[in-house]
Amino acid sequence: MTGVVSLLPEGQHGLLLSPVSGAEPHRGAEDLARYLAAGGYAPLTPRDRLLERIATLGLRGRGGAGFPAAVKLRTVRDAPGRPVVVANGEEGEPGSVKDRWLLRHRPHLILDGLRLAAAMTGAARGFVYLSDIPAEQAVRRALAERPADLPVEVVRTEHAYVAGEETAVVRCVDGGPALPTAKPPRPFEAGVGGAPTLVANAETLARIAALHACPDTAAAVAGAHLVTVSGPAGSASALIEVPAGTHLKVLADLGGHGRAEAVLLGGLFGGLYGTGWTDLPLEHDRLTAAGGALGCGALHFLHPWDCPVAVATEAVAYLSAQSARQCGVCVSGTGALARTLTAAARGGAAHDTTDKLRRWSRQLPGRGACGLLDAAARVVATLLAHFPDLVDAHRGAACPACAEPAPEDGRRFTVPVP
Amino acid sequence: MRLLLDSTRCQGYGLCQEAAPELVDLDEWGYAQVRAADVPPGSAAAAEAAVAACPNCALRLVK
Repeated sequence: MTGVVSLLPEGQHGLLLSPVSGAEPHRGAEDLARYLAAGGYAPLTPRDRLLERIATLGLRGRGGAGFPAAVKLRTVRDAPGRPVVVANGEEGEPGSVKDRWLLRHRPHLILDGLRLAAAMTGAARGFVYLSDIPAEQAVRRALAERPADLPVEVVRTEHAYVAGEETAVVRCVDGGPALPTAKPPRPFEAGVGGAPTLVANAETLARIAALHACPDTAAAVAGAHLVTVSGPAGSASALIEVPAGTHLKVLADLGGHGRAEAVLLGGLFGGLYGTGWTDLPLEHDRLTAAGGALGCGALHFLHPWDCPVAVATEAVAYLSAQSARQCGVCVSGTGALARTLTAAARGGAAHDTTDKLRRWSRQLPGRGACGLLDAAARVVATLLAHFPDLVDAHRGAACPACAEPAPEDGRRFTVPVP
Repeated sequence: MRLLLDSTRCQGYGLCQEAAPELVDLDEWGYAQVRAADVPPGSAAAAEAAVAACPNCALRLVK
C-alpha cells in the first residue's frame, strides 16, 4: 500500500491536495470544473512574465537531472524552427510513482503546464508521452473536455527503464523504438521531426501550471518536491510532497523507516548513502554537494536487517537486465558488475573483487548513450565508498540477507501507484 | 575540434585506437574510450584517421 501525504504548511495545496476539496488528496481524476475553480487554464499574458518568474524562482526539472527549467525553455524558444513540447510521463524508475499519480489524478495540471510551456517557447504542437494505461485514460478524458488551445497527441510506449530518457522519447514520438540515441544533438537542438523540442517531466509541467495559477505561493511551489518513499518488502510506501530542504530523517520517520541505516537515493540513480544520511536535505545542489543525488526523488530506505551488498546487487542486476543492449560497453559493463556482485554477495569474492569493482565504477560512467550505465556504476561506487569493508566481509561467509539469488525484475524497489 | 563516439555504434574493432593511440583507449572488453573529447591542435590528423578507420562510423569530428 502506498499513502499520499502532503507536508506543505497549512494553506499551501501543492500538487497532491485539491485547492477546491481541501486537505484530502485527490481521489479519481480531477475534472475540468474543479480544475477551473482552482484557477486553472488562466490566460497567459506578457504581463505575467512567467518565464522570468520561473527563472527567478529557480525551478528545476523533476525528471532526474535537475536542469534549470527556465534555461531549457529559453533554449528551445530561441532555437531556429517551430518548437514542439512533450510532457514526459514515462516514469522509468521502479521506485517512483509521482508522475503516474499526477497523470492519473491531476491530468489537467499537466496539460495546463504543457499549454504554458508551448506559449513560452512558441510551440505549435504538444505530446503527452506515457506507458501507464490508467494515466492514458485520464489524460484522454481531460483532453476531450479541456478548453481547445494547443493541439496535443498522446503517445503510449512500453514501460522500460530507458523509455523516459529524452532521446528515447523523441525517437518514439517520431514513430521509432523508445531507445536512446547518441548526443549531440540533444532534443532542444533537433528533436521531434527535427524541430527544437522541449521534453519536460510531468511534475515540472505541473509545477509551472501551479505557480501560474497561484502567484502568491509560487516560491513554495517551485521549491517543493514530490518524493516516493519506500523500504523493505512488507513496509509501507508513500508519495509525499515536501517543502524544499526537508531532511531525509523527517521522511524516514514519517514512512516508518526511522531506524534505517542507509538509503538508496534518486531511484537507482543517486547511489547508496550510509552514515550521515539523516542530515541530508532534499534539495538538488545540497544533496549533490554531500555526494548524493536527488534524481527523480525516490528514496528507498535500508533497515538494519537489509544488507547494502544485497541491495546493490539487486539494483545492478535490474539495470543490467534493463540495458537496451545498444551499447557494447553497457552490455559488458553492467553484466560484469552484476555477475561480480552476485558472486561476491554469495560468498564467492576473490581477493581482487573490490579492486575490480572500484576500477569499473570509475571507468564506466559517461560512456553509454543514456544514463543507465552511470546509474549502475554509481550504485557500485557508493557501495564501496560508504561500506568500504562490506564486500570483502562477504568472502567465504554466509550473509543471510544475501542468501537468495538477486532477481532481475527490480521487485525490491517497485512501488505500487497509490 | 571535438572527437565524439557514438557508443551504440562501437563494435570494438579497435582500429581507431591503432590509428590514434594518443586519443583513444580500448577498455578490457575492447570498446573504444575517447580520452578527452577536445582534440589537441597537434592531433587533428590522428583524429581524422581514427574517424576514417572505423568500419561502423562510430566516431565523428565536430568543429
